Amino acid sequence: MDQENTPTRKTLWIFAVVGVLIYALVPVIWIASLSLKTPESIGDGSFLPTHWTLHNYTTAFKTGFFTASLRNSIGIALITTVIALAFASMAAYAITRLDFPGKTAILAGALAVTMFPAISIVGGLYNVWRNIGLFDTWAGLILPYLSFSLPLSIYILSAFFREIPWDLEKAAQMDGATPLQAFWRVILPLAVPGVFTAGILTFIAAWNDFLFANVLTATNSARTAPVALSYFTGASQFQQPAGAIAAGAVIVTVPILIMVLIFQRRIVSGLTAGAVKG
Amino acid sequence: MAEIVLDNVVKRYPDGFEAVKELNLEIADGEFMILVGPSGCGKSTALNMIAGLEDISAGELRIGGKVVNRVAPRDRDIAMVFQSYALYPHMTVRENMAFALRLAKVPKAEVNQKVQEAADILDLNEHLERKPANLSGGQRQRVAMGRAIVRDPSAFLMDEPLSNLDAKLRVQMRSQVARIQRKLNTTTVYVTHDQTEAMTLGDRVAVMLSGVLQQVGSPMELYDNPANLFVAGFIGSPGMNFMPATLENGTAHLPMVDVPLPADTLERLGRHRGAGDVIAGIRPEDFEDATNVEAAVRDRGITFKAHFDLVEAMGAEYYAHFGINAKEIVASEELQELRDDAGGVEEMTESGDTVLVARLSPKSRARAGEESDLWLDSTKLHFFDAQSGEALTFRR
Repeated sequence: MDQENTPTRKTLWIFAVVGVLIYALVPVIWIASLSLKTPESIGDGSFLPTHWTLHNYTTAFKTGFFTASLRNSIGIALITTVIALAFASMAAYAITRLDFPGKTAILAGALAVTMFPAISIVGGLYNVWRNIGLFDTWAGLILPYLSFSLPLSIYILSAFFREIPWDLEKAAQMDGATPLQAFWRVILPLAVPGVFTAGILTFIAAWNDFLFANVLTATNSARTAPVALSYFTGASQFQQPAGAIAAGAVIVTVPILIMVLIFQRRIVSGLTAGAVKG
Repeated sequence: MAEIVLDNVVKRYPDGFEAVKELNLEIADGEFMILVGPSGCGKSTALNMIAGLEDISAGELRIGGKVVNRVAPRDRDIAMVFQSYALYPHMTVRENMAFALRLAKVPKAEVNQKVQEAADILDLNEHLERKPANLSGGQRQRVAMGRAIVRDPSAFLMDEPLSNLDAKLRVQMRSQVARIQRKLNTTTVYVTHDQTEAMTLGDRVAVMLSGVLQQVGSPMELYDNPANLFVAGFIGSPGMNFMPATLENGTAHLPMVDVPLPADTLERLGRHRGAGDVIAGIRPEDFEDATNVEAAVRDRGITFKAHFDLVEAMGAEYYAHFGINAKEIVASEELQELRDDAGGVEEMTESGDTVLVARLSPKSRARAGEESDLWLDSTKLHFFDAQSGEALTFRR
């Protein structure tokens, strides 16, 4: 096969990359641009704002319900991530290291849960949550998020655990470590890339969810940012709050961006290099 | 310091397969014991049972007089060196070696001192702050040794610790392991499939095959007085030559020559002296170029004509290969095991004859393709039962 970097090949690559970049970035820039336009110029159709303003951002924060929803979103997503990682790492470890009856059934069950359409349970949950007092609470959202993100986290983490040589754990045992110490001080540090991968995915899933948050919340006490965006209203009922919604959308994107940027550095593969022979 | 006693220890897997069958072994305090055998013989399983990494199905394991069948590995006070080294990749060399001591809550100053001592012994001082990924194979191996040494445990277990090193380094590390063990005088159980390591390192060597202990003894005992065909063939390099033979009237009919047996051999053969069809074993060094045999010893052997088809010059000695017209020995299971261990092929001459190897002194004028007089020391012959492989010449 011809693997040379001929000029034609290079040009084609550049076109492809630029194409993908435009496809991916134009909507984001468009939203950012909208959020910076004045209400009068919002429908002018120009890609970049002609009159720059930060008015939309102050509007978004003025009412207080958006600020509350941001707090809810961050809290709920973080708690979900932490709990999911704690349970998923232990479950994944057990699945990779131990031989117990029903192991395959558990994995198959976990996979089935991820495929379950959320819309089909949300109605039932609404009624149950109202009856047992979980409606419009943080826990009421964290629970369904956990049940959907745990299986995926278990899958990701067990793939990482499988890569860690079993000898390391035996060595830790011989060195006098209890199973918990071996897990905590030897296995988990080596699975850090997997932990962060699973963590990011869980956080994003919880952060982005609209369906559960919309149905299972009613007030500022648990309403999350994506839902709050849909409740934005203009100054009068005849005015489109498009500018404020765009500003809110940009604000909602920022934490995810920060998360990914921070953790991307931590997702380094090859951490186990040098563990065994060479 | 502790002695290790395996008392009828059995390892049986859920599918019924017995990896270790009724193993009895007493390892004295401070002794260097080698478990050797081909892959799958149960030696590593036995080691893992001593370590506590595998459950013992039946029997009793005692370390320092205490039964430890149900004691967790961390409470057995033994250190292990793994074939893969199993260094913690996220820790520096220092942290790797200190890990066990830190877990045991040893004061920091003492930890540092012990790590320093081990690093001095193993020449690791300049690598203490590096991660395992940045070390060479030999350095990693030394770190693995260091991790065991710092703990000052009552016993070392080593699972083929040198098998991942290249040949030259392996020889070097072998002598280092021997020196360290002698210096620390700690009970050591060392698993290997390499008979050279077994011979050179061990105070005593235990040869295993298919989960069964074949023979235990000092390297020279095993070499001079093997209990069966497998031990005879496994210990020694190049290996012992085997050929079909017939015993009758105090004479052994070998394929190339008839050998009148000396009194000592006949005495050891005892009731087997007329056993008929047997397998004869001759070590390569028990042959010699007839012209180089001194008159004083010439009488205890016999001379015959051999046609060398290959002569390998090793410098200090020659390995001369010659064919004998003999039917193949197929009945023996142990010979088959030996053949499998050697790669599954048996050496043959072009005409399909069985090949024997003679180790000749470099003074020999033997040339490939020529016929010459070869002398055989008839006092050094070994005979084995063709069916059971048991050594008929075994000295009890």
